[in-house]
Amino acid sequence: MPVAVELRDVSFAYNGGRPVLEHVSLSVETGEFVAIAGPNGGGKTTLMRLALGLERPAAGEAFLFGEPATRFSGRSTLGYLAQRSQLGVDAPATVREVVAAGRLASGGLLGPLRRRDRAIVAEAIERVGLADSSDLPVRTLSGGQQQRAFIAKALAAEPSLLVLDEPTTGVDVEAQDALADLLDRLHRELAVTVLYVSHEFGAVERFVERLVLVRGGIVFDGPPKDLPGFWHDPSHIHA
Amino acid sequence: MLDLEFMRLAFAAGAVVGLLAPAVGFFLVQRQLSLIGDGIGHVAFAGVAAGYLLGISPVVTALIASIGGATAIEWLRARKHTAGDQALALVFYTGIAGGVVLISMAGALNVNLFGFLFGSILTTTRTDLALVAALGFGGLATIALLYRAFAGVALDEEGARVSGVPVAFLNVVLAVLAATTVAVSMRIVGILLIAALMVLPVIAATRVARSMRSTLLLGMAIGLGSVLGGLTVAYYADLPPGGTIVLLAAATFVVASGVSALRR
Repeated sequence: MPVAVELRDVSFAYNGGRPVLEHVSLSVETGEFVAIAGPNGGGKTTLMRLALGLERPAAGEAFLFGEPATRFSGRSTLGYLAQRSQLGVDAPATVREVVAAGRLASGGLLGPLRRRDRAIVAEAIERVGLADSSDLPVRTLSGGQQQRAFIAKALAAEPSLLVLDEPTTGVDVEAQDALADLLDRLHRELAVTVLYVSHEFGAVERFVERLVLVRGGIVFDGPPKDLPGFWHDPSHIHA
Repeated sequence: MLDLEFMRLAFAAGAVVGLLAPAVGFFLVQRQLSLIGDGIGHVAFAGVAAGYLLGISPVVTALIASIGGATAIEWLRARKHTAGDQALALVFYTGIAGGVVLISMAGALNVNLFGFLFGSILTTTRTDLALVAALGFGGLATIALLYRAFAGVALDEEGARVSGVPVAFLNVVLAVLAATTVAVSMRIVGILLIAALMVLPVIAATRVARSMRSTLLLGMAIGLGSVLGGLTVAYYADLPPGGTIVLLAAATFVVASGVSALRR
């Protein structure tokens, strides 16, 4: 099994400005569940974008499953949950329509979805516990349920890598815990590699295998239990 | 009314416009680009002026100018060096300024020009109808074919980009569709009001529909009803068709909002 995500001595700056990341090396094995945390502006989202090949490093190299990230040939198997502000949660779409959008890359752009794709969409909705809400408009659901719908959209890609960018923003603490439990279950059931990018990691600290703290570079990389106490996130109930 | 040829032509062209404008506008509204039709309309004005200056069909020159303007807006927006509203403003004002200069050079500040600006049922010719029908059905067929792709990008553009969907290409196709809609609709609704026909039926439908597909279809039905109803009222009440059509669409929004409030 190739390494899922690899950054080799990567540095990056936006538009020639101050470096956001300097000399970052990171390797995520296939099947790992890794939380990437750090303060806002610390570079964790940039690190994720470099790993996904959405940005080109100023120095160093980024790889996805052994291929250069910007030219990765298996993009249709990348499941991605964007930040809530970038999602069409106010669009008049049903849960099923949102999740069906996850089959766009692998199911083809033209014409209606095929039967197999529709079955995969239904299974993804079932997995996140929204089967009874399939035909409800997403905008009528709670914040936590909306995130579940978009996680199901990512799952509909049958992902080899699932990347979640600030998945708990705008979601109450109970729903954060429920989302974390869902991600833990999906990780175990699907054996998918998970990158959980968030400014706080309290919700997933109980079961995440590895925590990477980013602050211009990687300042901690290991199991959460080895994290010095003062770095624990005070904003969450589990901190 | 329908025994008059110009009314039959207006109704036929209007039916195509009534279906096409909200169909394209639907995806613009979902992506919070509701004002892009206005920006393209101002470039279309420059295109009409160029048509008068060059002595060729203003519809054709407006189509070319609109596609150029729409592509420029999308290019500026996609490069992220220019914010969406700044890209619109740049194209918006360049278009209107270019139009004023060209129309003055052509000495065409006359009633025909006002027909393009505000719509005129008298100006639709058989040639116009053929062009409107060909471009309109082409646009609707493109939307039918790429519906899932446009909807997917509207719901989650970044997610689509990550998974390798050709987002930039789809955005350009949508911009060209918006430009085409403006060019084919200006005879009926007028350059200054076409953006309203792209947006108002959609936001009215959004108030009451409960899925993307039903919002799109209801928006198209409202657009068609507004155009056919507006042309009829305009004919009998001797009113400008563009304004009447858009006021009907606005009235539909008020009714839809009332229905939505009663449901709660």
